[in-house]
Amino acid sequence: MEIIVASTIAVLTAGGVYLLLRLRTFPVILGLALLSYAVNVFLFASGRLAIDQSPILSRYGEATYTDPLPQALVLTAIVISFGMTAVLVMIGLGAYLEAESDKIDIAPDAEDTEKDAQA
Amino acid sequence: MMHWIILPVFLPAILAPLIAFVMRYDIVLARSASVAGTVMLLAIALGLTGVAADGTTHVYRLGDWPAPFGIVLVLDRLSALMVLLTAALALIVLIHAIATGWDARGRHFHALFQFQLMGICGAFLTGDIFNLFVFFEVLLIASYGLMIHSGGRERMRAGLQYVVMNLAGSTLFLFALGTLYASTGTLNIADLAARIPEIPAEEAALVRVAAILLMIVFAVKAALFPVQFWLPATYANAPAPVAALFAIMTKVGAYAILRVHTTAFGPGSPGTEDLASTWLFPAAIVTIAVGAFGVLGAKRLMPLIAFSVVGSMGTLLVAVAAFSPNATSAALYYMVHSTFAAACLFLIADLVITRRSADTLIPMPSTVQNGLFAALFFAAAIAMAGMPPLSGFLGKLLVLDALRAPGSMGWAWSAILVGSLLTIVGFARAGSVVFWKSTSVPGPLPVPDRITVEEEEQPMTANALQVAPTMMVIAILAVLAVFAGPVSAYLEQTSAQLFDRAGYIAAVLDTDEEG
Repeated sequence: MEIIVASTIAVLTAGGVYLLLRLRTFPVILGLALLSYAVNVFLFASGRLAIDQSPILSRYGEATYTDPLPQALVLTAIVISFGMTAVLVMIGLGAYLEAESDKIDIAPDAEDTEKDAQA
Repeated sequence: MMHWIILPVFLPAILAPLIAFVMRYDIVLARSASVAGTVMLLAIALGLTGVAADGTTHVYRLGDWPAPFGIVLVLDRLSALMVLLTAALALIVLIHAIATGWDARGRHFHALFQFQLMGICGAFLTGDIFNLFVFFEVLLIASYGLMIHSGGRERMRAGLQYVVMNLAGSTLFLFALGTLYASTGTLNIADLAARIPEIPAEEAALVRVAAILLMIVFAVKAALFPVQFWLPATYANAPAPVAALFAIMTKVGAYAILRVHTTAFGPGSPGTEDLASTWLFPAAIVTIAVGAFGVLGAKRLMPLIAFSVVGSMGTLLVAVAAFSPNATSAALYYMVHSTFAAACLFLIADLVITRRSADTLIPMPSTVQNGLFAALFFAAAIAMAGMPPLSGFLGKLLVLDALRAPGSMGWAWSAILVGSLLTIVGFARAGSVVFWKSTSVPGPLPVPDRITVEEEEQPMTANALQVAPTMMVIAILAVLAVFAGPVSAYLEQTSAQLFDRAGYIAAVLDTDEEG
C-alpha cells in the first residue's frame, strides 16, 4: 500500500508542478488543485497508514487506533484549499476580463510595449 | 488564564463580518467602526505589551485543553511587540486610506482590512505551527482582496500572480507540516522545541527536510532571495495604503523564521541548528544586493520603494541569520524601524502619485505643495536608506555591530554598507527627478477659451488629515531614534526571552502553572 500512496502523491505533485509552470490561468488553477490533492494525501499519510482502524480509542476493542490528528489537519486543509481555489477562479476571471489575456507572468516592460502599440 | 490574549484575534474577527454585512452600504458607519476597532486593538496591544513586559510567558489555552493536545496562544515580549507594531501601523494606514478616499474606491475595504488584522495578530500570537498556517491563510485571503481593491488592469494581473505564488507557498507549507508531524508527532512549537533536541544528528534527516521546507515557506513571505520576485510587482501595483499595510506582512515571515527556527530548530538541536544560518545568511546577502540594484534601476516610484523593502528585508534577515541574542535584538530594532519606514514611503508616494499623472520617474510639472511632499519624501528616504538622524541609521549600526563573527563580518558589512550607498543614490535620483527637476518643467498652459471652473476649484492640495498619518510615522521614527537606548534595552530582554528555550517550554507545557 505504501508504494501506491507514495506514487500517487508523486504523480499528483509532478502533474501539479508541471501545470503550475504553464503560467496560464486555467492550467495553473488545475495544477494548484492537483497539488492540494497531493498534499492532502500526504498529510493523511503522515499519521502512518493503517487499515480498518478507528481514529478513536475503543473502550471495548483492542488498543490499536489510527492517529486522528492528521485527519483533522486534512479536513482543515481541504476547506482552506477549496476556498482558495474559489478565490483564485474569481481573481483569474477578473484578470482575464480586464487584461484580455490569461497569461500570469507580467512582461517587465508591459507598459512600455503598451505605449509603443498605441503610438 | 487571562482572556485578553485572544482579543487581538477576536475583536477584528467579530468586527469584520459586522462591517461586511451590516454596514456595507454606509461608508461613514463602516469607517467609524473600523477606526474604533483599530483604536481598541491598539489599546489592547498596549495593554498586552504592559502585561508581557515583566518577562513571563503567558499562555492562553483555547478550550482549556492542556498544551500539546489543544491549541495555545502564547504571549511573550516578542509577540506583544509584533501585535503592538501591527496595531500602530494599521491605525496610521487606516486613517490615510480614509482621508485619501482609497477605501471608497472599491467594496469591502474595511471588512477585508479587519480580517487582515485578525490574521496578522493571530500569526504573531499562536503557539502552534498548524494554527500558524491557518492564520497565514486568513491574512493571505484578506490580502488578496485588498491587493486588487479598486481593480484595474495591471493590478488584477499582479494580484493574480500574487495569489498563485502564495497558494503554491501554502501547499509547500502543508508538505512541511506533514513531514514535521510524521517525524516528531507534534505541531506545537513548545513541544517541538522539547522533542527536536532529543533527535540525534544522524537520524534527523526528515526533520531537516521539514526545517528547510518551512524556511522556504517563510522566505516566500519575507521576500528572501530566490523567492523575492513576487514582491516588487505586488507592492508596486497594490493600492498604496495596502502596500503600506503589507509592510508588516513581510515581517510576519521574518517573525516566523525567528520564532520557529530559533525556538524549535535553533541552537541546541544537534540535527538542525546549523541549517537555518547556513542557508539564510547567503540568501539574505543576495537579497540586499537585489534590493539595492532594484532601487537603482527602478523606472517608477512604487517599484523603487518595493525594491527598498526587499533590501531592508535582506538587512533584517542577515541579522536574524546569526541566531544569537545580540544579533536578534538588533534585528528586532531594525524590524520595527523598517516597517514604519516602508509604510511611510508608500504613504508619501500615494500622496505624490495621485497628484501626478503617473509614477514614472521622469520630470513632470510639479505638483501643488511640492516642497512639503519633497520634505516628507526626503525624511522617509533618509530613514529607509539608513542615514542619520532617523532610526534607520541606528538600526543598521546595531545590525553591523552585532555581526562581528569572523566568517560573516566581511560579507555582511560590505553588503549592508554598499547596499545602503546604492539605496541612497537610488533615492536621491528619484527624489531629484520627481521633486526638484519638476520645478523647471512648465505646467500645462491654461486653456483660454473654456473656463473650467469646476476643475480649478479642486487644486488637490493635501489637507491636514491626509498628511497627518505620514507625519505621524516620521515622528515615530524620530522617537525610535531618540529613545533608542531604552528601546534596544527592552529588545535585548525580548531576544533573551526568545532564546530562553527551557522557559518557553516550561511555560507552555506545564499545566499546573496558572498562566
